[in-house]
Amino acid sequence: MRPKSLRAALPHAVILLLLVVLLYPVAWMLGSSFKPTSEIISSLSFLPRHFTPGNYRQGWAGTAGTGFSVYFLNSTLIAVGAVIGNVVSCSITAYAMARLDFRGRGLVTAIAIGTLLLPKEVLLIPQYLIFHKLGWVDTDLPLVVPKFLAVDAFFVFLNLQFMRGLPRELDEAAALDGCGPFRTFWHILLPLTKPALATTAIFTFIWTWNDYFSQLIYLNSPARYTLPVGLRMFLDATSGSDLGPMFAMATVTLAPLFVLFVFFQRHLVQGIATTGFKG
Amino acid sequence: MAAAAAGSTVERPGRGRARPGGGAAGTAPSGSPRRRRTNGAAYTLLSPWLLGTVGVLAIPLLYSLYLSFTSYDLLSNPHWVGFRNYRRLFSDDPRYAHSMWVTLQYVITSAPLKLLMALAVALLLARPRRGQGAYRALFYLPSLLGTSVAIAIVWQGTFEQNGPFNGFLKLFGVHGQAWVSDPSYVRWVIVALAMWQFGAPMVIFLAGLKQIPQELYEAAEMDGAGWWRRFFSITLPMLSPVILFNLVVEMIGAFQAFTPAQLVGDGQGGPVDSTLFYTLYLYQRAFQMQQMGYAAAMAWVMIAGLGLITALLFWSSRYWVHYGD
Repeated sequence: MRPKSLRAALPHAVILLLLVVLLYPVAWMLGSSFKPTSEIISSLSFLPRHFTPGNYRQGWAGTAGTGFSVYFLNSTLIAVGAVIGNVVSCSITAYAMARLDFRGRGLVTAIAIGTLLLPKEVLLIPQYLIFHKLGWVDTDLPLVVPKFLAVDAFFVFLNLQFMRGLPRELDEAAALDGCGPFRTFWHILLPLTKPALATTAIFTFIWTWNDYFSQLIYLNSPARYTLPVGLRMFLDATSGSDLGPMFAMATVTLAPLFVLFVFFQRHLVQGIATTGFKG
Repeated sequence: MAAAAAGSTVERPGRGRARPGGGAAGTAPSGSPRRRRTNGAAYTLLSPWLLGTVGVLAIPLLYSLYLSFTSYDLLSNPHWVGFRNYRRLFSDDPRYAHSMWVTLQYVITSAPLKLLMALAVALLLARPRRGQGAYRALFYLPSLLGTSVAIAIVWQGTFEQNGPFNGFLKLFGVHGQAWVSDPSYVRWVIVALAMWQFGAPMVIFLAGLKQIPQELYEAAEMDGAGWWRRFFSITLPMLSPVILFNLVVEMIGAFQAFTPAQLVGDGQGGPVDSTLFYTLYLYQRAFQMQQMGYAAAMAWVMIAGLGLITALLFWSSRYWVHYGD
């Protein structure tokens, strides 16, 4: 190779090497999910020598009578509920704040942005106590209902900024044609905010899917467990001795995220670049 | 709603003079439709947000402040104890002081190291070359997966006695130990997990790097400045607002870390309380010991701490953040 092309190839080599090291734990998890437990703890290679798909069957059956099918279904229901809640509530809130002229608008918008800075830890205990009083503990309600009330200030803000960027003339033209605020929102603005809605939906899904803390607190009976809590219980019940099935279920837990990554990677990266929030 | 206050006649930038709200429907009798008021429609659309902000944010915020001055075990009603919870935190709870120390160590190591990693990779990817989009996405992948319980479990396995990390060390003849059960190393395993998720700040750095005018580099190159000189005199100062942003976000995030402490450690803060992160201790006090008042006080101290750190960062930024002229 001539020195020039070598110089051009070097960064690629460095990048690829870094990626191999970086993604190795994920590859190891995937490979280990097909290995017998004894092989996992004795071999560095991620390719299984004794291909063991039975890990998935054994893991899927779960522990103490509750299988991962239950956890998977619970996780899906909560994540889908949260996505619908955030998309609906954040978009109508953002529309009202960005495009309608009403008394108290400045104050309302300032409060909405101010709640961005409110750390969830300080609300954790009182929220728990309130949901406890309502009899909602050990149901999906504390995890889904707040999403319908636009309390994720981040997504309100994201949609607000997006709506502010759309030309005013749209609303004016719609009003001249006799559209009220609701129809203007539904027919004119909502279709144009699809990118912001998609970002809201994808990140709400990922964050809810990965959320461990609140699901641990609110869900107490195995029939209610989601994947993160179920995985933790599986770890405790087997005290880490059933590594094969555990890696299989870890893979199952991450599978929807891989699918999202494959289909929406551009969107994910752009969402972060434009809004600056963490993934 | 019919009586419009004087406040509504305040000039709004770019939107003309808002007219004092007319009838209940708020429609202007004539003229430009942009001036019409839509109080009814607006508050209808805002009703979920209002309910949420009052019911899920404001009331809990006040309730939490009240609880922090009480003793409450869920069984009997909360009773007022004044500042006792706060006094106990600072004078009579060595585990609390320890958890604060563990968390601070984690925050001041993990956030800068993660940003260093993010910046290094961003610089590597900044120059347009084939495969840039795919590389960027793959480097971002750990950020997407990293907060999952599944990854925490895999991470623990990776640094076990027989895990792949030690297998890797063996290639160089180093005999590794069980890092996760050693109280002096487990913290670094968790720091490594945080560093692994450098994708989000990396993407933000990349966006920042793109904003730096290329002419600056060309001029510097003509003046004979080498790579390091250009890095320290152009890249770093031009990127400093982005660095500040990332630092604030990452430090606040590190303060709130819970999953890695609960899953890479033994779940109770061990071995020997080396993973007793602030949020983990708060969780134990609230949900394992049912000391809601005490835990609420912990939360308020945490908020104060977060506020203080953010304020310090912004104060220090006067000396190192360059906002262009």
